[in-house]
Amino acid sequence: MKTVTIEHIVKTYPAEHGTVEALKGISFEIDQGEVFGLIGPDGAGKTSLFRILTTLLLANSGNATVNGFDVVKDYKSIRNCIGYMPGKFSLYQDLSVQENLEFFATIFNTSIRQNYGLIKEIYEQIEPFKTRKAGQLSGGMKQKLALCCALIHKPTVLFLDEPTTGVDAVSRREFWEMLHRLKVQGITILVSTPYMDEASLCDRVALIQKGGLLSVNTPKGIISEFKKTLWSVSADDMFGFMKAIKKDPGVESCYPFGQVHHVVFKTEENSEAWLQQIAVQNNYNKAAIKVIEPNIEDCFMALMQD
Amino acid sequence: MEKENVIVTHELTKRFGDFTAVDNVSFAVQKGEIFGFIGANGAGKTTAMRMLCGLSLPSSGTATVAGFDVYKQNEQIKKHIGYMSQKFSLYEDLTIRENIRFYAGIYGLRDERIREKTDLLLQQLHMKGAERTLVRALPLGWKQKLAFSIAIVHDPAIVFLDEPTGGVDPITRREFWSLIYEAAGRGITIFVTTHYMDEAEYCNRVSIMVDGRIDALDSPANLMQQYASASMDGVFLQLARKAKRSGD
Amino acid sequence: MKQFLIFVKKEWLHIWRDRRTLFILVFMPIIQIILYGFALTNEVKNAKIAVFDQSRDEATRAISTKIAASQYFNIVKNLYSYQDIEATFRKGQIRMAVVFPQGFRYDLLHSNHAQIQLIADATDPNTANTLTNYASAIINDYQQTLRPTGSLPYTINTQVRMLYNPELKGAYNFVPGVMALVLMLVCAMMTSIAIVKEKEMGTMEVILVSPLKPFRIIIAKTIPYLLVSMVNIASILLLSVYALRVPIAGNLGLLIAESVLFTITSLSVGILISNTAKTQQMAMFTSMMSLFLPTLLFSGFMFPIENMPVPLQVISNAVPAKWYFIIVKDVMIKGLGFTAVWRETLILIAMTAALLGFSIYKFKIRLA
Repeated sequence: MKTVTIEHIVKTYPAEHGTVEALKGISFEIDQGEVFGLIGPDGAGKTSLFRILTTLLLANSGNATVNGFDVVKDYKSIRNCIGYMPGKFSLYQDLSVQENLEFFATIFNTSIRQNYGLIKEIYEQIEPFKTRKAGQLSGGMKQKLALCCALIHKPTVLFLDEPTTGVDAVSRREFWEMLHRLKVQGITILVSTPYMDEASLCDRVALIQKGGLLSVNTPKGIISEFKKTLWSVSADDMFGFMKAIKKDPGVESCYPFGQVHHVVFKTEENSEAWLQQIAVQNNYNKAAIKVIEPNIEDCFMALMQD
Repeated sequence: MEKENVIVTHELTKRFGDFTAVDNVSFAVQKGEIFGFIGANGAGKTTAMRMLCGLSLPSSGTATVAGFDVYKQNEQIKKHIGYMSQKFSLYEDLTIRENIRFYAGIYGLRDERIREKTDLLLQQLHMKGAERTLVRALPLGWKQKLAFSIAIVHDPAIVFLDEPTGGVDPITRREFWSLIYEAAGRGITIFVTTHYMDEAEYCNRVSIMVDGRIDALDSPANLMQQYASASMDGVFLQLARKAKRSGD
Repeated sequence: MKQFLIFVKKEWLHIWRDRRTLFILVFMPIIQIILYGFALTNEVKNAKIAVFDQSRDEATRAISTKIAASQYFNIVKNLYSYQDIEATFRKGQIRMAVVFPQGFRYDLLHSNHAQIQLIADATDPNTANTLTNYASAIINDYQQTLRPTGSLPYTINTQVRMLYNPELKGAYNFVPGVMALVLMLVCAMMTSIAIVKEKEMGTMEVILVSPLKPFRIIIAKTIPYLLVSMVNIASILLLSVYALRVPIAGNLGLLIAESVLFTITSLSVGILISNTAKTQQMAMFTSMMSLFLPTLLFSGFMFPIENMPVPLQVISNAVPAKWYFIIVKDVMIKGLGFTAVWRETLILIAMTAALLGFSIYKFKIRLA
């Protein structure tokens, strides 16, 4: 049995002129024990999908199940077995760390002691501040507390809506390390993120954009779907070089990537020579041109353009 | 050739009680430079930026922004800078044109100049024909690009960008950076914070704040070489892991 | 049960830790009672009055002297025509005029029936009411002296005319009215933000995704506010008795029990508002707009319901404060027992049950 199934889910919201389609009939499945990433920018429909799966919203059409329970009919059973961390910090700011945890343990009919093993590693990091009000914690600590609260009743499926948004690179990395330790405990994790680089930390990912899926695969699988040759180029005048490359009719795309530009051609022949020529014609120095392996972001952008 | 400095700080410090949010920070930013301001949450970025924008007085040290003193001339500073953040955006219930008019008006542009600027801006952003659309109805990426263009509508000496691209899709993010490059080419200095480490690599120079101090300041290439890392992500992790304090 | 208790505890912590709001909640009723109390003070001293004596006989002089001698009145003018009365009132020189008709004493002695007209400026209804009451009392007193043995039934009819405001209610009416108004507003406002606050903070999302049942959430949210309201009831009653000098004529236990019932009704109104409002501001605004005016207009303490058009009279039945006002008047002022107010009590209980039931029914188990 699949832990989560999603079939042709459509969700629309009323807007000024007619309706906005937040989810355009998407389908995929998540296996037991997977860390599954839902990757896409703001407004892609990630939160809508999370709310439908956590029984907080009704879809306009389509079916979805969590642990075999229907998200509409069996919403009570689902609410008993899932953990949910919304995108916005959703704990009581005027209650202390300990009070929050105790509250959430009790409303799920359990106690901190009963499931302490599961949260021990995370809770120990915030324990020194257990009497501090949640509102006064730092971003990273709030996130850890919210995760503890979502885990305290030992859910079998964990829904984390953009847990790393706005969090610095160090805290993000720590958070992912925590998730991988939870995976070992057999918890299925669905996590959404706008950071493309986090895709490689998931077992499988779904790339989502404007309410539709671009691709569902393992991170490696997604990269292997990128069929064209990807060139990495650099020169002394990066901005000028990019403008010159983009002007060429044979170029399909040219995007800056940190210190280099990633270039894809419409046709594969003589690409390197072409690039060399552009650099020479414009008198750019220190031109470096090589073929590289695409990353998830390259794939995402290529899929966005299709 | 020595370039003109538009931001100069010397031992700039801000204390809140016995907590030193910004600790003896000294740096200079050149005209037309894209200056990345990186740090973990709570490292003191926001506090430092507030002082430079003339919104908060330093506890000690000196700083000049666009040639004006942060202690005495904060009103002058506000006239010569632009500011944009992910959170602060435009008026959702005004149209694109009305937003441009409003902000240009705030900075005292003359009507004729406002008309010129509006036309130019709409053309640049490919928003011609959409100027009567409410900002609320725009996709996030458009809003962010529009917000940036409006932040520099008065041709400020410096524009401060506080996480301008959060949550934006990768293509729009790059289009946004093209706008930044163009503005820098026109001589506007860019002071930008971001959580995307690949964006740090787009900057001319990057400063990395740890525990209120600037622990590293150099071009991305030099930093990567110095810390023997293939990406800015690696450089940042090495530095930020040394942080003692956690918290905003 | 444990789930329920921890929710009550959490709710209590929210209230307790927000000291500023708690302070306002506890002191607002006190301040309101004191403010209203001053507005309706029944102590009037040295009120300026005029006398229009068309009889000028022994009896009218005796009554005038008696009125002038009291600490309440100060005769500043003698008038000689009805036009004078109107003019003097318009200038604001007097609060009341005493009019003796021609042949007053003759009527009194020969037909045993005489009339005095008291004309009061009722733009300030409380003062007007008080003044005419005092004057009537003084005239009654004079009547007693005329017949020490009680043999001859001389009667003077004081005919009271209220200028500008023909219907007046007694000052004692105000205390029950203010109690109803203050309790309704404070309780409803407190709870009206309780649920919507969680929606705004995003915590409702997490609460919904838990096995907690809607009715437990709603009841748990009202209980801590009930505690705060008890403090309010106590302070309102203490102030009524000691500051406004309105004694409790009936059974104190019954009065408190009825007040607690009305408090629960008001809290339920707040919960219902909270359920449907989208933002805290919206909730506050709705409770102010939808409760303040109806309570003021339809509870019967400011404007007599009997005089309203029938449709408004029907509407007034839906205002809980109306029934509580009747109960407090009966129990606190008239000193009646439960047998007198059981019907009103039943109506309040039914209203509360309906409001809570509707709130639980309307409680959204999902977002949006």
